[in-house]
Amino acid sequence: MAKMHDTPMLDELTKGPWPSFVTDIKKAAEAGNEACADLLGQLELSYKDKEGHWKHGGIVGVLGYGGGVIGRYSDVPDLFPGVEHFHTLRVNQPASKFYKTERLREVMEIWNNRGSGMLNMHGSTGDMVLLGAFTEELEPIFAELTQKGWDLGGSGSALRTPACCVGKARCEFACIDTQDICYSLTQEYQDEMHRPAWPYKFKFKIDGCPNCCVASLARSDCAIIGTWRDDIRIDQEAVAAYVGGEIAAHGGANGADAKLDIKADVIDLCPTGCMFYEDGKLTINNAECTRCMHCINVMPRALRPGLDTGASILVGAKAPILEGAQMGSLIIPFIKMEEPYDEFKEFVEKMWDWWDENGKNRERIGELIQRLGLSAFIEAVELKPIPQMVKEPRSNPYIFYKEDEVPGGFERDIADYRKKHAR
Amino acid sequence: MAEFQANKITDIGPPKYDEMWPQVIKDNYGKWLYHDILEPGVLVHVSESGAKVWSLRCGATRLMTTMFLEQVCKLADEYCGGFFRFTTRNNIEFIVSDESKLEPLKKALADNGALPLGGTGAGVTNIVHTQGWVHCHTPAIDASGVVKAVMDELFDYFNSHKLPAQVRISLACCLNMCGAVHCSDISILGVHRKPPVIEHSHLDKMCEIPTTIAACPTAAIKPNKVDEFKSVAVNADRCMFCGNCYTMCPAMPLADAAGDGIALWVGGKVSNAKSMPMFSKLAVPYIPNEPPRWPTTVNTIKKIVEVYAGDAMKYERVGEWAQRIGWEKFFEKTGLEFSHHHIDDYRFAATTWRTSTQFKW
Repeated sequence: MAKMHDTPMLDELTKGPWPSFVTDIKKAAEAGNEACADLLGQLELSYKDKEGHWKHGGIVGVLGYGGGVIGRYSDVPDLFPGVEHFHTLRVNQPASKFYKTERLREVMEIWNNRGSGMLNMHGSTGDMVLLGAFTEELEPIFAELTQKGWDLGGSGSALRTPACCVGKARCEFACIDTQDICYSLTQEYQDEMHRPAWPYKFKFKIDGCPNCCVASLARSDCAIIGTWRDDIRIDQEAVAAYVGGEIAAHGGANGADAKLDIKADVIDLCPTGCMFYEDGKLTINNAECTRCMHCINVMPRALRPGLDTGASILVGAKAPILEGAQMGSLIIPFIKMEEPYDEFKEFVEKMWDWWDENGKNRERIGELIQRLGLSAFIEAVELKPIPQMVKEPRSNPYIFYKEDEVPGGFERDIADYRKKHAR
Repeated sequence: MAEFQANKITDIGPPKYDEMWPQVIKDNYGKWLYHDILEPGVLVHVSESGAKVWSLRCGATRLMTTMFLEQVCKLADEYCGGFFRFTTRNNIEFIVSDESKLEPLKKALADNGALPLGGTGAGVTNIVHTQGWVHCHTPAIDASGVVKAVMDELFDYFNSHKLPAQVRISLACCLNMCGAVHCSDISILGVHRKPPVIEHSHLDKMCEIPTTIAACPTAAIKPNKVDEFKSVAVNADRCMFCGNCYTMCPAMPLADAAGDGIALWVGGKVSNAKSMPMFSKLAVPYIPNEPPRWPTTVNTIKKIVEVYAGDAMKYERVGEWAQRIGWEKFFEKTGLEFSHHHIDDYRFAATTWRTSTQFKW
C-alpha cells in the first residue's frame, strides 16, 4: 500500500470542469502506486515552497545510446522515496500520433511493471514521455520496448524526434505525405538521433499545408511545409452554395449555422487582393496568390489547393535560448517531396555539415545563420539567392564583397596609386 | 543486467504509422474532400470515395496515468475498432466510420467525465505545456496546475465557437521554452527575476568554469576566487535571468519563491492565413506564483480573451486584432499597465520602436 500524503493545495485542483491530473494520479496512488503517491507529495511541497524539488540533471542512459533518457532525482528523497529516481524515457511516437490500442498496451504494460505508470501524451517535441523510472529499470525497459518494436526518441545535442501533422490521413488540405516524410527521416537518421554529436539540438517538423498545425515554422530548425505552385481548384457550384447560405462558412468553425459573406469574409480579407467575385463567379489571379490558406479555410468545399504539390523549406526556428526566439527563414521556396526524398536529404546533409563545421557549443543552426549570415548559409547549401528568400533587400550599405567578385582582386600597389594622386 | 545486453536491439525507430491506422483511414488516405464541424468537438470528414469519418475531439491532461490511458483504450476498443489518436495540442480524438456509433460514443465520453468534447474551431483548445514542478529541474512555475486552473475558467470557450477566431494558449515553465510558446495567441511563461545564487564551495567540482562563462549570452559571468575556491562572479546589472548558466552549471540555481512567477504574452500565431506568422508580445511582465489556482494569472487571461472577443472582427486572431487597433489601444482596452519592461532592450530591440508620427491617443 502506498503512503498517501496530505495534499490540501493539490486537492483544490480536483475541482472544476477541466479534467484533473490530480484526480487521475490520486486514483493510481490509492490503488497502491507509490511513485504516484510520492509525486503528489513532492508536488504539494513545491506548491507550498513555490520552488521545484528536482535536482539538476543526472547522467543516466542506456548503453549504445547517448540520449533518449533524461536523468532526474528528487532533492527530498527521504520524504518521497517513491520518486527518489524519476528518470524520463522518451519513446518515439508513431507519426501523427494514431494508436492501435493493442500496440499501445505493450508500452503501458512495460511501464506499469517497471516504471511509475505516469506519462505525457505527448512531450513538446512529439515523443511519448514516460515519467519516473529508477536507474536499474532503464536497461530492462529499453530491452522490452525494442523487443516489442518500440524505440527511444532523441535528446541532448542530437536530432530530436521528428513530428508531423495529421496530414493526408485525415485532412483535405495536406499537400505532402507528412507521415511518410516523418517516418523516412526518422529511420534514415537513427544514428543522428540516438548518438548526440552536434553543437546542439536539431528538430524537423512537417506540416501538410501553410496552416502549420504542428507549428513547424516556429518550433523546428527545419520546417517542411506543404504547398503548391499551380492554381487553387475552384468548384463554382459550391461557391454558389456558400453564397446562398446552404453551407456553413469556415467548415462550421464559427458556428454550424454561420453564413458566408463572400465579400467581407473572403474577397476583402485576401491579403493580396487577388480574388474577385463578379456575376456569381469567383476568380483568382493565381499569379498574385501567396497561398495563405484563408480562402480555402473558410470555403473548404469550394476551394482546394492545387495539384502540383511539394514543400517550402524554412530553416532556423527556435525558442529564445540564447539569442532570442526566431522563426524559420524561407530557404527553398518549392521542392517536390517524393519518396525516397533524396533531393531533400542531400540538402539536409549539406546543412548539417556546415553547422557541424562552424557551429559553437549550444548554437542552434538559426543562430549560426544569424552570426555568419544568410548568404553564407545559402552558399554552403549550394543554392542560388532569389528574392523569395527575403522580405526585402538590404537597406544597410555595408556589403561584404569577396575578393574574387571584384576585377583585379584586393591586392594593389600604393606606388601605382600615387603616380596619379599626389599625397 | 547482462541478460538485457545479450540480445540488444537498437535503432529500429518507431512502429510504422500505417500500422496504427483504422481501415477507413488506410482506405481514404489522401482522398479527403472536405470537413465540417458539426458541433464543438465533433468533426466529420468526407472522402471522394463517399466514406465519412466522425472525429470526437476531447480535452485531456497531457500528464496522465496508464490507468486513465487504459480507460481511453477501452473506449477506443468498444467504439472505434481499437484505434484512436492524439492531436498536436494533446487532445484525444476518437474516430468512428459508422454514424450509428456517434451518439453512444458521445454518451460514453460524457459518462467518463474526464473527456470533455470541444477544442475545435473558433474557441480555446487545449493548452500545450511543459513539465513544471512535476518533473523539470529549471522551472519558475508549475505547468499542469496552471493549465488546469486556466482551462477551468475558459472552459466555456473550449466547448463553444463564439470567439472571432481560434485562440491558441501555450505554457512554458522557464525561458528555455521547451514549449516554444513564442508564437501563441496567449502564452504563459515562467520567469526568474533574481540572478543565480552561487555555491562557491562546490562550483569548481560540479562545473567547467570556461563553459559556464561562455554560456552567458550577455557576458555577465567572469572568473572569481572566493576564499580558497575557484568560482565565478555574476554582474547582476547584465543578468537577464535566462538560466543558461544554470543549465551548464548546477552550482548556480535561479529558483526563488519571491523572484519567480509568470509573464503573459499575446498576439502570436504560426498559421500563414491572412497575415504572416507573428511572435507573441509582452502583455504582463510579472505575476507572482499563486498556487494552487493562480487567480491573478487566470483572471488576467480571461480579461484579455473577453476584451478580444468583444472587440475583434470575425476571423481576426488576437495578434491581428492588436495590430489593427494598435498596441497602445490594446493596453487601453484591456486595462493592462504598460511599463519600461514592455520596451525591448535586447538584440533586435530597435526593430520594435516606433519610427513614425503615426500613433493613437
